[in-house]
Amino acid sequence: MYPAPFRYHRPGTLGSALKLLAELGEGARPLAGGQSLIPILKMRMDEPSDLVDIGRLAELMHIRQEKNRVCIGALATHARIAVSAIAGEIPIIRDCAGGIADPQVRALGTIGGSVSIADPSSDWPALLHTLEAEIVCQGPSSKRAIKINDFIKDSYTNSLADAELVTEIQIPMPPENSGGAYIGFKKAAPAYPAASAGVQLTLADGNLCRDIRLVLGAAGPVPVTSRQVEQQLIGQPLAEKNLSQAAEALVELSDPPSDSRGSSEFKRAMLRSLFMRAANRAMQRAGGEKITGSHDYV
Amino acid sequence: MSNTMPVEITVNGEARQREVEPRMLLVEFIREELRLTGTHIGCDTSFCGACTVLMDGAAVKSCTLFAVQADGAEIITVEALERDGQLHPIQQAFSDDHGLQCGYCTPGMMLSSLALLAENPTPSAKDIRKALAGNVCRCTGYQNIIKAVQTAAGQLRGA
Repeated sequence: MYPAPFRYHRPGTLGSALKLLAELGEGARPLAGGQSLIPILKMRMDEPSDLVDIGRLAELMHIRQEKNRVCIGALATHARIAVSAIAGEIPIIRDCAGGIADPQVRALGTIGGSVSIADPSSDWPALLHTLEAEIVCQGPSSKRAIKINDFIKDSYTNSLADAELVTEIQIPMPPENSGGAYIGFKKAAPAYPAASAGVQLTLADGNLCRDIRLVLGAAGPVPVTSRQVEQQLIGQPLAEKNLSQAAEALVELSDPPSDSRGSSEFKRAMLRSLFMRAANRAMQRAGGEKITGSHDYV
Repeated sequence: MSNTMPVEITVNGEARQREVEPRMLLVEFIREELRLTGTHIGCDTSFCGACTVLMDGAAVKSCTLFAVQADGAEIITVEALERDGQLHPIQQAFSDDHGLQCGYCTPGMMLSSLALLAENPTPSAKDIRKALAGNVCRCTGYQNIIKAVQTAAGQLRGA
């Protein structure tokens, strides 16, 4: 399968890439790792006039800790993030980065590309909610940071302005006694998950919940989150009962479509089960246990 | 819009220069331009991994990569494995352990396996399954593929 013809550009710097995108106008698309975009182009779901290959811009490849936050360049690949020191410190990041698709896709696919495409089933947009990440968007003469939930507007729809690129993902370092887990269920590694759930929490004494973020992925056009459900758990001891209630409340807000990955009913059942597993693993990790794991596939 | 651009891609140690359309996929470059047909196109949707090659040491799906993106890169395809009539240990192991039936997925399987073994010379069965998760085989049921990779790992450690 061939995409429709396009012109190809490979600017050497971020500045020239942004300028070029502005000059080329709405027919142009940025190309990073291509792992979402190229299949879209091959199926001719999009036929851009120009591709601006930003895939080699070294200035967008960093993964580093700056004081109390983690800064991940938009072009950091899933594979690099999965083995980074950051992923070691924040296990939920490793769950996600190491579980996306398969080794070949992780070697090329980037975090910036993944959030920009905003596929409703993709992992990063859901995961980044649990860490309250901000997305840095840069244009030819502008730079702003947007909360992930404001960045993802709808299925395949982000809030980038014309000629803006995602340049960095910023994640506040979780405080002491925090833990998180992200689990997706998929029929095979290369597929998107049929359902996923993420929980990031901070414990006070005992199992008392000091803070918590919850998300369901592949559960509707955008990740399913609820500040209200989160707040009901804060200050409470976390146990089977109130976590199940939270799961139920979130699943109530979800709208997973019936498709080749499963019926809507099946997906709701998976969301409940994945949520409970993620919550339990998050608590164990917050308690200091070292547990590895990521997506499940058969 | 029939624009072309020059690329130089080192394939199996040999620098190859061509003028290509930007939309040419790396797998088409390898098969059509270089006539190296050991790299297969399976699903053409980034699922099956039959088109897996090594790019600068990493296993990648050559159906989901434009040749222009590989400009300047080093690519290894299945044709690089056999040397002077001697099968590479991974090829020998797939043969000895019946790690293939129809053979369509085998080039991709072997290249993903080599990427794993370069990084982890002593993989467990689980490590192998995870490393080959992006390569689909519809014949073998995978058991003998796992076995072949373990055999090759032993051979390569001994070599």
